[in-house]
Amino acid sequence: MQQVVQEIKNLSIGFTSKKGEQISILKNISTTINKGETVGIVGESGSGKSTLALAMMGYVKHGLFTISGECIYQSNDILKMKNRELENIRGRKIAMIPQNAGQSLTPNLKIGYQIDEALRLHTNFQKEDRDVKISELLNKVRLPSPETIAKRYPHELSGGQQQRVAVAMALAGSPDLLLLDEPTTGLDVTTQAHVLELLNFIAKDTGTSMVYVSHDLGAIAQVSDRVIVMYSGEIVLDGPVRTILKNPIHPYTYGLLKSIPKLTLSGLPNSMSGSQPQPGTIKEGCSFYDRCEFAEDKCKINSPELEFVSDLNTSVRCFNHKKLHKKKDEDTKSSKKVLRKLTKNEILDISSVSISYAKQKFIEQLLNKIDDTNPTVKDINIKIDKGETLALVGESGSGKSTILKSIAGLIKAKDGIIKFDKNKILSNDLKKRDANYLRAIQLIFQNPDESLNPNHTVEEIVSQPLKLYFGLSGNELKQKIIEVLKKVRLGEFYLTRYPRQLSGGEKQRVAVARAFAAKPDIILCDEVTSALDVSVQAAVLNLLQELKVDFGTTYIFVSHDLAVVKAISDRVAVLYQGRLCEIGPSESVYKFPSHPYTEVLLGAVLEPDPDIKPKLVAEDIVEEKPPEKGCSFQGRCPRLLGQICKTDVPPWQIDENGNAIRCHIKINDLKNQQISN
Amino acid sequence: MTLVIKQEKPKSTFSKIVEIISTMASRPSGLIGLIILVFHVTLAITSPLYVPHDYKAIDPSLMLQAPSSEYWFGTDSLGRDVFTRTILGGRTALTVTFFGSLIALLWGGALGIFCGLVGGKIDDVVMRIIDAFLSIPWILAMLLIVSLLGTSTIVLIPALGFFYGKGIVRVARAATHDVIAKDFIVSARARGHGNFSIIWNEILPNVRDAIMVEGAMRWSWMLLGFSSLSFLGFGVSPPTPDWGLMISNARGLMSFAYWAVLAPIFGLSSLIIGINLTADAFAKALGIDRSTKAPV
Repeated sequence: MQQVVQEIKNLSIGFTSKKGEQISILKNISTTINKGETVGIVGESGSGKSTLALAMMGYVKHGLFTISGECIYQSNDILKMKNRELENIRGRKIAMIPQNAGQSLTPNLKIGYQIDEALRLHTNFQKEDRDVKISELLNKVRLPSPETIAKRYPHELSGGQQQRVAVAMALAGSPDLLLLDEPTTGLDVTTQAHVLELLNFIAKDTGTSMVYVSHDLGAIAQVSDRVIVMYSGEIVLDGPVRTILKNPIHPYTYGLLKSIPKLTLSGLPNSMSGSQPQPGTIKEGCSFYDRCEFAEDKCKINSPELEFVSDLNTSVRCFNHKKLHKKKDEDTKSSKKVLRKLTKNEILDISSVSISYAKQKFIEQLLNKIDDTNPTVKDINIKIDKGETLALVGESGSGKSTILKSIAGLIKAKDGIIKFDKNKILSNDLKKRDANYLRAIQLIFQNPDESLNPNHTVEEIVSQPLKLYFGLSGNELKQKIIEVLKKVRLGEFYLTRYPRQLSGGEKQRVAVARAFAAKPDIILCDEVTSALDVSVQAAVLNLLQELKVDFGTTYIFVSHDLAVVKAISDRVAVLYQGRLCEIGPSESVYKFPSHPYTEVLLGAVLEPDPDIKPKLVAEDIVEEKPPEKGCSFQGRCPRLLGQICKTDVPPWQIDENGNAIRCHIKINDLKNQQISN
Repeated sequence: MTLVIKQEKPKSTFSKIVEIISTMASRPSGLIGLIILVFHVTLAITSPLYVPHDYKAIDPSLMLQAPSSEYWFGTDSLGRDVFTRTILGGRTALTVTFFGSLIALLWGGALGIFCGLVGGKIDDVVMRIIDAFLSIPWILAMLLIVSLLGTSTIVLIPALGFFYGKGIVRVARAATHDVIAKDFIVSARARGHGNFSIIWNEILPNVRDAIMVEGAMRWSWMLLGFSSLSFLGFGVSPPTPDWGLMISNARGLMSFAYWAVLAPIFGLSSLIIGINLTADAFAKALGIDRSTKAPV
């Protein structure tokens, strides 16, 4: 019998609606957290996973209350404890690591002081012992030179380092249970892989139980022993990580796993229709009924109970799980990617573009030029053919969005020329651009909450480009709006809706409709799927793909997610610190030989499979500025040749697949080294 | 695909106004404010039709009479009926300050949005000028204007409108700054919309509420300011009844004819309280938390 750290019995948490109805956010949750176990709680936004994690440390958000059930820690119900008693448990016995460490650290106190504070509160150490302990903790989270880190302020650390400090603070009281709420969501891929690896190490080293809350099945797969899948406030699946991810016997998890783009798959993932129901809207029947491929009549009326399947050691909330049990290895592939027609019809030519964020001096303002020898983005040469999807990939700070903005005319390029349709030069001043070129290039943004005016109806939003570029009005305008909405699979009744009345996926569809209303030749997509849930992400990607087939639109697709990029792009350009590292057809970029940076990125991609571990090749240092001389990746390169990398800009080398790599290492050597790894 | 979201009918402007007013009236403070305000406005519009006495009829034999069934609020030092003068006394003040705050709203809102949008040097210069104006005691400046140009309504309305609009510039600018960084503005720029179109279509719907609430607040302050001017003898000229003027005339006799002072004070303060409560309820109905936004 394993030792139980926390037991949740029949827990329901909810709120009272304006009409006085009691609405549950969590419905009859029962589970146990065993000692030394890492439990991953996974679900889409609104599934109640964070509410559950907070309840585990006896915290119920303002406006919510416990309807029934208990949360037992050391034979006491922590939900009924008084604040005094909770103070002794929180931080000392149960600690939490928040999503954004940068915001959870006090900005005006030094790191060392903040950890010391945690130690003072949660332990009985004397001052000298605490100092030793601080170094010990910082060492444990693998921060370089703990003494210097302790003297720094939070803003002097990178995102990954801040997250490590948060882990160190949580470990200060040597807790029994560590709750992590999306701890790596805001981090870069390589940093994320390092932090996850650290968490795994700590779990083994200290024997602490962990509860890891995330929407990212890739991250969950790396750290968890057991996974709980939540949907609409209920546990729908609870079992060992391998069973859940390799043999998902609940239709929701089954669909979710199929909708994740993977490096091993070619083409777009299948999408899942619909969205999670709002709390309180499902009165009877299974909450997944509307979206379920396997739904039967009985699912509409009866709600399934959590049922234990002994041969898989898994609990599942579904009547039809046996069907899925057998349906193991069918249709795992879904190659829907449309191959590009090789027209060689150049539509955009970006030649030696450099962009600087340096502030102009007074004289430079007069002369209208910028004197910056080391600009943020430098020397970008890309030619894009009509109907092609080019992806720009890189971590934050790689200049990918900056390039996009300068194509759209929102940022002035310092040097270089952008030509549209072979010979028409696009002015770098938006105001001087011809209206027809403005129409031809449209943008879709990352977060539809920000990119749609909250006070406009869908009709007004989509009408903007139609009125501006085509001068439509009256009935003609309305017909056209309906037509455009139909193309993004939205019905006529959406016309009068405001963005706040739409789900995330619907909002992004409206943003796509607005871009397509201008009949553009090129659409610039800035991380268009990263603010969306996985199941919705797949639907949006599929939509973009279909529209491309219908209209022959060219996409420039910016993303940090290599799996998404692989699914949608024809060609990939990898950027580091505003310099191109590698560019080529997407099949060959994902194959060796690769630029060492691409290799690092590919190694850090998290697959939703506990048996595929990320390869951590380089250190996760964050560089603030691109180096003055030599290769842009010299600071982190695991295959550094020597002095030449620090002084000379590497030459472009092209391999047999048409993949261009900018590296000093000979292309064949690179291939041999990488394959032998 | 089944839709979970309830179908909402498009709302007409009228039904939106009805909804806002009913939300305002759902709280006791908002209801009281609305009742007081509606009462005062109705009185100001209709009172000439039913006043019991002539407001300018001087009768030395009736000097400083205590309240009675004939003279409900008594009489003043010239024997005029205080009740009549009190219910007529708000007319000029309400009219002048209502149009004054409209002017304040228009120029303050327009300049604030413009500064917030263009930013940079122009914004800096304009805001420093506004700061400079804020540091001038408004009552001194008003006295100067009034003594140079006279006390006609044509002078008072734009002068008050100008002085009370400075604060609105700041609020409008701050509200514009909140929206300006959002992607829908960037998106509009990238499409090639002009500044005017961006202000009208994208910014205004998002800052309108904040500016209107600020304008409502300014109205009550302006009312107090206007009455102060009248009190000093620079607002309404006698014999037109006005609360500020009435208080000023009767204040020397307060010890034995308190009714002549109390009546206009009650009229003025109830109207200000009414406007304040209404403005607060208006802000809450629109979902704006005034406590987080500094007024000046």
